[in-house]
Amino acid sequence: MTISYALLTSLNGLAVGLFLMSSFALAATRQMQGCQRFYIAQSICLVTSAFFLGLGLHSSDLLAVAALDAIMKPIVIPLLLRRMVPEAIFRRREIDQVLNIPSSLLIALALTLFAFFLSGYLPRAAGSLGRINVPSGLAGLFIGVYALTVRREAVPQLIAIFCIENGALLCGFSIAPTLPLVAEMAFPFDILIIALVIGILTRMTHERVGTTQVGSFATLREGPGK
Amino acid sequence: MILFWILGLPLSAALVSALPLGRRVAPLVTLASCVAVLALTVMAALRLVAGEAVTAISNWIAIDGLSALVLLLVGTVGSTAALFSWGYIAREESSRHQRRYYANYNLFVFAMLTVPMLAEPNLVWTGVELTTILSVYLVAFENTNEALEAAWKYSILTIMGGAIALLGFLALYAGSVSPGEEVPYTWHSLIVSAPNVSPGVLETAFALILVGFGAKAGLVPLHTWLPDAHSQAPTPICALLSGIKTTVILYVILRLIPVLDASGKIDVDDWAMVVGLFSAGIAAFLIIQVTDYKRLFAFSTVEHMGVILAAAGIGGAAGHYGAVYQILNHTLTKSFCFFAAGTALLAVDTRQIADVRGLIRTSPAAGAALLFGGIAIAGAPPLAVFLSEFSILRSGISEQHYLATALLAGFVVVAFFGILYHLNRMVFGRPLSVPEGPVPVRLPASCLLTLVIAAAPIIILGFYMPEPLHQLLQLAAGGLSR
Repeated sequence: MTISYALLTSLNGLAVGLFLMSSFALAATRQMQGCQRFYIAQSICLVTSAFFLGLGLHSSDLLAVAALDAIMKPIVIPLLLRRMVPEAIFRRREIDQVLNIPSSLLIALALTLFAFFLSGYLPRAAGSLGRINVPSGLAGLFIGVYALTVRREAVPQLIAIFCIENGALLCGFSIAPTLPLVAEMAFPFDILIIALVIGILTRMTHERVGTTQVGSFATLREGPGK
Repeated sequence: MILFWILGLPLSAALVSALPLGRRVAPLVTLASCVAVLALTVMAALRLVAGEAVTAISNWIAIDGLSALVLLLVGTVGSTAALFSWGYIAREESSRHQRRYYANYNLFVFAMLTVPMLAEPNLVWTGVELTTILSVYLVAFENTNEALEAAWKYSILTIMGGAIALLGFLALYAGSVSPGEEVPYTWHSLIVSAPNVSPGVLETAFALILVGFGAKAGLVPLHTWLPDAHSQAPTPICALLSGIKTTVILYVILRLIPVLDASGKIDVDDWAMVVGLFSAGIAAFLIIQVTDYKRLFAFSTVEHMGVILAAAGIGGAAGHYGAVYQILNHTLTKSFCFFAAGTALLAVDTRQIADVRGLIRTSPAAGAALLFGGIAIAGAPPLAVFLSEFSILRSGISEQHYLATALLAGFVVVAFFGILYHLNRMVFGRPLSVPEGPVPVRLPASCLLTLVIAAAPIIILGFYMPEPLHQLLQLAAGGLSR
């Protein structure tokens, strides 16, 4: 059975659309567990898009990367985070954030429009099949940077980092689908090491400082009061 | 084969250091590995100067003049910092913590060695990410509130920068390699294919990499994590971070200059000059208002990154030579400065400038080292940094970049007076009256030995440049031209 190119393009569009929606949800949610769930949803959309692009472009490398990402991003990394970060942190319902939800959604919308404008300057080697990946990936990246800036908790900041990386990869699958396999394989492992190291740092911070509200860290400043 | 050894030694040392084999094993193995790596990097550089190709896997692991210089500097600072660590980290009571420190130290050195050795740009990105990730634990090693805060800011900002740069690398690849094309993808092939790549793609990729890796190299305005991390980490790690890690990241940005130059449609020199001058200028003025002497040297690193980038932007053979000469001198001198600052910290147990006066009387070794480091890094004649900064200014005039040269000279002078103003008060001021008098501290012999070893090249290079090193610098400068 062969799947038509048009159908693959539509299915990829659906996956990318859901990716973008989960990015918005990540920026808007105020709950720690919600943050993690939306990251998992976003990662599943990323993997699905990589799978459809791999099928459409007959790229076994991309399919291999999709398989590896399917294990790493929605399964291994969330499990690792739950293991590394104390359970009490995950039970928190309200996450401190500099701006409220409506403002965050408006900013996310503005960032998405900017991403669509900027995407015109990037190449699209995947052709019409992955056309939507570039602006949506860029939007995911920008929304991740925004979430990182306004979140004041360690775990949501870490998840924002993963969101940035997911955006870059969604964009990257369309920009450079023929990347050497060794380079493609390096990215999921890089994320795994990041999750491990920052997870340890979060645990150390919680044990030492008694909080993971990293937004309130302000001892390292210049000035006479120091 | 030599390149495999250079990569294999720190990895093996990391493994051995992690094993519970006694308190002295980890520092000894680390030092031995770093010295062996240094010897091997010298051999690799000499082979390159003699005209031999130094390649491990063609198109994947190979070095040229610029990467050989960076490799040599990683080996040098890796060795001196390992020696300094011997006495400095021995204060740590827990042998488990010590082993973790040395295992991470070796992994960090390994990551820094991969960056100049890898010829495939996408893998270079992975190497750069490893340098960040593997140094986070080292920044947080002291496990104080301040160290954890610094490590958090460092990791979050620089990992974010890495993700942004990743997009730039992918765009660069997509613009240079046609789908289905089976060609090697290296720094060199990028230069060859650049004229056929859309200037928009090249500019976008460069902008993303400049922003992303600029955050890692401490370029203004993404430098905010740098003074925190470079002041809170243990001293040998500060020397590695400020002396060589920032240089390793800047090396990647510099690699892109000939690529954009080769396209013939982008004025990348102006980009480099503006970003470089901005960093140097802001950092020079920030130096004046610091209250912590380790942060003073950290801001000086931001200034030097700016100076190197501006020198690369000045362009021409002289400008490029000035840039690589400054890389050499910055690395050697900045690592010495942090060793001096660490020795002072051991002697006075405070980082606050206002709390240290008359250091030359209370701890002559620490005071003399701090003074020498300050004079050297500020760019006083006839020491090494003075010569490289002078050569950059001279190249600016010969390339007719008068305004940029004047601004750069102004920033260098501001930084010079800023550094010496603070250090002068610390070293020569009247000692603060402490009722029980200053407590004499016995400085570890390895720290004092490191100061002597690290000072030697700074003095020697002020008077004499060995011919092979001069040839290596010329080869490295050639790497910045298309």
